[in-house]
Amino acid sequence: MPVVSMTVNGNPVRAEVDVRTLLVQFLRETLRLTGTHVGCDTSQCGACVVHVNGVAVKSCTMLAVQAEGAEVLTIEGVARGDALHPMQEAFRQNHGLQCGYCTPGMIMTALDIVRRKGHELDDRTIREELEGNLCRCTGYHNIVKSIAAGARAMAGDDPARQQAAE
Amino acid sequence: MYDFTYHRASGLRQATNLLAKHEDAKPIAGGQSLLPMMKFRLASPSNLVDLNAVEGLNGIELTSRALVIGAMARHAEVHVSPQVQQGIPALAALAGMIGDPAVRHRGTLGGSLANNDPTADYPAAALALGATIVTTKRKIPADEFFAGLFETVLEPDELITKVSFPLPKKAAYQKFRNPASRYAIVGVFVAKRPAEVRVAVTGAGASGAFRVPAFEEALQKRFHPKSLEGLSVPAEGLASDIHASAEYRAHLIGVMARRAVAAANG
Ligand SMILES: Cc1cc2nc3c(=O)[nH]c(=O)nc-3n(C[C@H](O)[C@H](O)[C@H](O)COP(=O)(O)OP(=O)(O)OC[C@H]3O[C@@H](n4cnc5c(N)ncnc54)[C@H](O)[C@@H]3O)c2cc1C
Ligand code: FES
Ligand code: FES
Repeated sequence: MPVVSMTVNGNPVRAEVDVRTLLVQFLRETLRLTGTHVGCDTSQCGACVVHVNGVAVKSCTMLAVQAEGAEVLTIEGVARGDALHPMQEAFRQNHGLQCGYCTPGMIMTALDIVRRKGHELDDRTIREELEGNLCRCTGYHNIVKSIAAGARAMAGDDPARQQAAE
Repeated sequence: MYDFTYHRASGLRQATNLLAKHEDAKPIAGGQSLLPMMKFRLASPSNLVDLNAVEGLNGIELTSRALVIGAMARHAEVHVSPQVQQGIPALAALAGMIGDPAVRHRGTLGGSLANNDPTADYPAAALALGATIVTTKRKIPADEFFAGLFETVLEPDELITKVSFPLPKKAAYQKFRNPASRYAIVGVFVAKRPAEVRVAVTGAGASGAFRVPAFEEALQKRFHPKSLEGLSVPAEGLASDIHASAEYRAHLIGVMARRAVAAANG
């Protein structure tokens, strides 16, 4: 069986895997990082979104062996110790989740939206960007609100910006 | 998914050698079509040759006559590339309409053309723009590249390395999306080239993307949506499924073509 090594949430990991192992299975079953979910396993729902080398991907549609040498960020790597990340906090404040199944993928996608589109996001942009993330509970309204608020909070939270402001 | 042997190719030569050596070997690019097909056991390659570490396949270059895009250029890269936005803005827009952001971060131009999904967007662009598909063996005009549903003229050990799109005078793509999958129910790419007008349709053909000579001739005389009034594509031979009947698709081709011409004229 092939051996795969990568960095997950800043920690180097290495394991022998069946070549068919999907990245999401590797995260959940080998590393026991079960925050990343599998909703559909057919590349539709976005519950499995993680960042690979800085960009959002569906981890059910990538082989673990393809992430050899990659930097992977999952929902477990987002908070700072006990303090929620501003985007997580925004979901909490704005009731951006009900059952929570889609939430890890929503948050990883939201962070990717902020990376590409900045901190001032209108509803239309957010809704278009959420094309690949399904939620069966919320009706999306509060997710959109959460992401807009989280994006703004991240601007205040950005150390580079704070330095520039000082 | 059936078992396979995985190879991470580091160069083109190595990749084509591996493909030639192993029967039923397949290259994998973004994996956004191939992995789902392998999960459904619709594809069962014996060997997977990963192109992601092969160098020199993802550049984007704009010359005075053509836009040349590497096979491994991701949809997301094409969408935001200043060269593409300057050279063929319609192509940048098209790349941004494919799937969703996560799919666009992995999926590639070469993979999309090689896959030739009858509802994919890039085949319409390649046909309408008169692109040339450059492979490890030859240069293939888009008109000769596609060979029916999910089929192309590529040989098993032949890889797309880049695609050259001659710069059009005007171009636009209009896509009527399937609201669930976001693939095209009908997509029409219109290009006014220095010597001809081309109209290519995706999503509607029962055997893949195709051109519409009657529309092309009418637009050649006058590149205006009005030129298409009264013209239509026969429903016979078009795809018909739960999403749209052949008649509805035939109607949409006219609508999308007129909108595309209007958009191209700005
Ligand atoms: C949820 C979802 C939505 C999507 N929506 C759309 C959409 O709206 N429009 C659209 O057009 N597409 C859509 N796609 C498909 C997507 O664009 C794929 O990325 C694309 O079709 C295939 O590109 P890939 O790089 O992922 O190829 P892969 O899946 O890696 O490969 C596809 C095929 O091409 C072959 N191949 C790959 N690269 C090469 C090469 N360089 N030379 C020769 N052969 C090669 C492979 O062997 C395989 O047979 C969607 C996919 C998903 C999962
Ligand atoms: S589990 Fe990956 S997209 Fe649904
Ligand atoms: S909160 Fe339940 S699926 Fe989104």
